[in-house]
Amino acid sequence: MKSSSVFSPHSSFAWSIYHLNVFVLIAMGVILLLVSGLVLYASWRFRAIGGEGTPKPNFGNLRLELMYTILPAMLLAAIMVFTVRTMQSSDPPQGAHPDDVEVVGHQWWWEFRYPQAGFVTANEVHIPVDTPMLFGLGAADVIHDFWVPELGRKEDMIPGTHGRIWLAADRANTYSGACAEFCGVEHAWMRIRVIAQSKQEYASWLHQQQQTPALPASGEAAAGLNLFQQLSCANCHTIRGTGTSGTIGPDLTHLASRETLAAGRLNNTPDQLYLWLQQPDIYKPGSHMPNLHLTDMQLHSIVAYLETLR
Amino acid sequence: MSEISVLPQPMHDLEVEESRAGLLRWAASVDHKQIALMYMMASIVFFVFGGVEALLMRLQLAIPNNAFLSPETYDQLFTLHGTTMIFLVTVPVLLGFGTYIVPLMIGARDMAFPRLNALGFWLFLFGGFLLYFSILAGNAPDMGWFSYAPLSEKSYSSLGGVDYWALGILAIGIGTVSTAINLIATVATLRVPGMTLRRLPLFAWMSAVNSFLIIFAMPAINAAAAMLFIDRNLHARFFTPDAGGSPVLWQHFFWNFGHPEVYIMILPAFGIISEVIPVFSRKAIFGYGFVAASTVAIGLLSFGVWAHHMFAVGLGHPMDIFFAAGSALIAIPTGIKIFNWIVTMWGGTIHFTTAMLFAVAFLIEFTIGGLSGVIFAVVPIDWQLTDTYFLVAHIHYVLFGGTMFGILSGVYYWFPKFTGKMLSEKLGKWNFWLTVIGFNATFFIQHVLGAEGMPRRVWTYPDLPHWYWMNMLSTVGAFVLGFAFLVLFWNIWRSRKMGEYAGDNPWSAWTLEWATSSPPPIYNFAEVPPVHGRRPIWDLENPEHTDAKQGGRS
Repeated sequence: MKSSSVFSPHSSFAWSIYHLNVFVLIAMGVILLLVSGLVLYASWRFRAIGGEGTPKPNFGNLRLELMYTILPAMLLAAIMVFTVRTMQSSDPPQGAHPDDVEVVGHQWWWEFRYPQAGFVTANEVHIPVDTPMLFGLGAADVIHDFWVPELGRKEDMIPGTHGRIWLAADRANTYSGACAEFCGVEHAWMRIRVIAQSKQEYASWLHQQQQTPALPASGEAAAGLNLFQQLSCANCHTIRGTGTSGTIGPDLTHLASRETLAAGRLNNTPDQLYLWLQQPDIYKPGSHMPNLHLTDMQLHSIVAYLETLR
Repeated sequence: MSEISVLPQPMHDLEVEESRAGLLRWAASVDHKQIALMYMMASIVFFVFGGVEALLMRLQLAIPNNAFLSPETYDQLFTLHGTTMIFLVTVPVLLGFGTYIVPLMIGARDMAFPRLNALGFWLFLFGGFLLYFSILAGNAPDMGWFSYAPLSEKSYSSLGGVDYWALGILAIGIGTVSTAINLIATVATLRVPGMTLRRLPLFAWMSAVNSFLIIFAMPAINAAAAMLFIDRNLHARFFTPDAGGSPVLWQHFFWNFGHPEVYIMILPAFGIISEVIPVFSRKAIFGYGFVAASTVAIGLLSFGVWAHHMFAVGLGHPMDIFFAAGSALIAIPTGIKIFNWIVTMWGGTIHFTTAMLFAVAFLIEFTIGGLSGVIFAVVPIDWQLTDTYFLVAHIHYVLFGGTMFGILSGVYYWFPKFTGKMLSEKLGKWNFWLTVIGFNATFFIQHVLGAEGMPRRVWTYPDLPHWYWMNMLSTVGAFVLGFAFLVLFWNIWRSRKMGEYAGDNPWSAWTLEWATSSPPPIYNFAEVPPVHGRRPIWDLENPEHTDAKQGGRS
């Protein structure tokens, strides 16, 4: 997994924050050097070495005091001007633009809805490169916060409200982010993956996600489908075309096309999928995914089925 | 009042003071000095709780994907750590300094309302017990010290921890407000003749301004805690969105208290620094007027900055800009203070006692916290860095590098007055350097962790590049810091028994608390020296060079 630094911006929004950040950090650094330099110099220069008389008191100097009132005020005023300008460029008005992606924060996973294309996915969101995308932000339970540092600002997702932020990516890559508002037990495992693709790849991904996966007719996968429908899986999860419509947990329609499981906790390989289904409480303690105490055979069947969901 | 030319001598034997210190003597006491010492001792106990909680958290975060603690336990630990350090350590220890020192500084016999003083202390202690009783009751609060709704509501925190938290906050809040009223009344009415407001020592100034902040800020959290309790237990809907309530309303209430609270925790520390730096530089404070007036400015501005905690909420640009400007403005009076303290040192004869070392370190550490505070006033940067480890670093540079360094400076400065014994300077130097090294090792790297994308309040983290060693460094630093406090506690324990006798005025300081014996008798002063300026003892000892004659205004 790669890191996600505010110092490696990959969108115009993140770049404008980056420039401001560097400017302010340098300004603050200079002030810190000035203050600590004065403190350390005074500490050394005026240390008691014995034999000094009583130092001459200095009760005040209006001119000096006004100077260090006004100079910082001017610097802060300049910073505020840049602040307002950067707010415009990093968080431009949304106007009547419709949401390209609607994100719903859940304890402890992300629901991504593509309203134009008409499908729902989870935890990994795909976007085309060089195309600003408007993300609508909502929450199903408590407050979450959507933050992908390399692509733009964060914003809280507050139940009962609808926030909107712009994100974009200037290069095809996978960008990682995380929930940035404490949302309960598994706040730590609410990672985000943003997969930026060329426009063609994005279009084909969209097309593939819109498809309803074929139902396996026979074999282990068919047994797995049966189990999925009969056990309590379907209470919480949806797989299009199987008659399931649970909304408590992530939509699994194209689960096998995702790179990670459980909001970034595990890699999406058959082995790790098996482990996750076997003991979700070990890998993500506190998660709402229950341990169904499945037998080895049941686990193999369900994994075989889920692996068909490309 | 008659002028006296010699300093008052101890009016009684120290051993007598010891023999009166039975448990009931303490519990039934309305003496401001005993109540203050109880404030401080209770804070030390809670500090040990909060510190152990922090060390457990750092152990859990030492390596990625660690399973040393369960997420539930980790969440309880950071909730208790934050609540403890703010409500049960920092504020009460500063109120302890205030109730001990302020009456002495102004030549008073006691606080204005001695019984209210006792009530304030016992309510605080009761609130602390309520909070910690939640552990015995089987469920410590685990929603964070900020208790954001709807996570803190019954649907998502069904057990009783949040209720204990809310009730504890209510008790602490009422106690804190009553002590604040008491401090204001004391400063307003019990100043010795001659001590005009323009001659009031800066620690007393800042304690008084601070008390106004408490009176105006605490009711917001108390109202909110009561509403939350009603939501949870009587099924109201103040903070839940499903029936017209608003989670954002909670945040407004909380930060309307929460940001002034930051200044409630730093202003008395500013007061301590304003006393310590002049005494050990052997110079009167530079720009008394600016230092006092900037305190008032901070107090007023502190009520116009709360929504900078909410830039990520999406309140809209106009709202964000208003609070950004307020937050930037408040940096100006804070900066004035820093420069006034530096100019006070300039040209002085600086004696590096442990108290002065902590005060000088405060100037640098607090400046780091103040400057990263300006960074959070810059809205787009806040949009990136809020709720990350950068913020954890920032608050600890303010509340530890600022407040705690100020408190430690005050401990070394006033311990002789509290006990009649000197703290060991040798252990003090160890204490100081271990604190500086441990503190910076723990928290400086967290700025980088936050910028590299690590959110705060996570019980574990993936093995991302560099996160491991940065977290490990922070954990090692935390244990060095913990060791530094063991040295402090040992120093206090040992010096109380075996320290050198302090005498009335071991630092040749100038304010009135040093014009009585150490510790002061129950009645404080047999006779209060005359006050003709800001440094009454200086004026008394140097009749040819009083501040008035040297050109200071009186």
